[in-house]
Amino acid sequence: MFLALMAAMALSVGGHGALADTLQDVKSKGVLTVGVKADYPPFGYRAPNGDIIGIEPDLARDVATRLGVKVEFVPVVAANRMQFLGQGKIDLMIATMTDTPERSKVVDIIKPDYYAAGYNLMVPKSVTITSWDQLNGKPICGIQGAFYNKQVAEKFGAQVIAFTGVAEALTALKQGRCIGFLYDDTAIEGQLINPDWKSFGMPLPSQDSQPWGLAVKLGDTQFADFMAKTVTDWHKTGLILDLEKKYGISQNSKFVQDMHDKYK
Amino acid sequence: MQAIAAWFRHFNETTGINLTIAYDPFDQARFLHGLLITLELSGVTIVASVLVGIVGAWLQGSSLTSTRRLVQGYIQLFRNTPPLVQMFFFYFGLSSLLPTIRNSFGIQEPLVSGFGWACISLTFFAGAFNVEIFRSGIEAIPQSTIEAAEALGYTRLQTYIYVVLPLATRVCLPALTNNLVNLVKTTTLAYAIAVPELLYVSNQIWSDSVNVPVMMVVLFIAYIALVGLLVFAMNSWERALRCPGLGT
Repeated sequence: MFLALMAAMALSVGGHGALADTLQDVKSKGVLTVGVKADYPPFGYRAPNGDIIGIEPDLARDVATRLGVKVEFVPVVAANRMQFLGQGKIDLMIATMTDTPERSKVVDIIKPDYYAAGYNLMVPKSVTITSWDQLNGKPICGIQGAFYNKQVAEKFGAQVIAFTGVAEALTALKQGRCIGFLYDDTAIEGQLINPDWKSFGMPLPSQDSQPWGLAVKLGDTQFADFMAKTVTDWHKTGLILDLEKKYGISQNSKFVQDMHDKYK
Repeated sequence: MQAIAAWFRHFNETTGINLTIAYDPFDQARFLHGLLITLELSGVTIVASVLVGIVGAWLQGSSLTSTRRLVQGYIQLFRNTPPLVQMFFFYFGLSSLLPTIRNSFGIQEPLVSGFGWACISLTFFAGAFNVEIFRSGIEAIPQSTIEAAEALGYTRLQTYIYVVLPLATRVCLPALTNNLVNLVKTTTLAYAIAVPELLYVSNQIWSDSVNVPVMMVVLFIAYIALVGLLVFAMNSWERALRCPGLGT
């Protein structure tokens, strides 16, 4: 079912994207249209005035500056981001997308990847914890159905108390029913920006990181090359590290730090 | 043990029926633990809710208006609200008003655990029905029987314990069995407040192994077996208590 869907999507995308020269089009239009998230702080979210802001919009703005054009944002969600790219609604997609082999068949995911996200633990600052192994036998709150619940229980011996939704799990954490909340590290970062949670932190290193890639239309080799150079340059200059700081991420992503060290 | 696990692994590869609880030690352990929690939860709430029913029905016959009203209020409150809402109310609502204790990590931890709240809310829920069930039995006892006991010098409590309750129990057993069966099935709601009972662990297992249909069948069989055992025990008790001439 999934494969069939993927194949159908690959076909529809391929049909449109055969002879694209986005780089030329963008320069003649004077506008770069970028698909970003609008519901995923701090990566892409709406400011109180309605503008889309965040790390990914800032990266998009950097691409536009390099091309000498204006930038325009189109909010996307996981279910439509690859289709938007295939249809030409957006020229570039920077939307928290995990780089997978299946997706590489549908869109051109630029190497190197620009970010990586895993799972982490949100704990009250009153708890001093320095390693995942300290969780042995300790209760931690989670979300029912998250794939890492079993991993944490098996690997670190934590006792995962899983709830049906994020709100229930956070309430239980606040009430002290568990010593931490196990969730996507990027989503926890977003939560920690909220002043209500200022007495909480994320002291442990993220686990099981999966890389995120930005994407262009399949077959658009010129633009892909340009973007690959751009991402490499981001890593080299440490732009993403700076943006993490700008948007309040307390602890730089290990992946980005490693990439920075590699390309420096 | 190894051979059984190997066979079930082979069974999965050939038929696609993925019974992880038969060959994965981690899944097996948590499933058995879930079964144990369900048994504990059922056992505790069955006993406690029957006690609530017996005491409540006695208080219903009190000569004090305020006591009768209190019991009536309790019944209306717990019979007329959904058990899931009650559970959330206890676990998230009431719990935050109660004192907390400091645990080893230096966090203020609530006094009553999820399991504790599940027991309390299920007991109150089933207890409300049990009061009414015992009342139906009590009202079936002829007034003349109670008058005879009074004539022999029994107090109201003695009459209740030695005369009314034994006879009333026989009358209300079928209805009580119904309610207790319902109670065992309602223990699954405890998954919402993360009590690791059967439904909760099955949910965890099928999220990890994506064997939803298989685990659903396992759950069905497990509950049919559990409820079957309860019904068998209640029916045996009913037969053992049979009192020729009563109610005919």
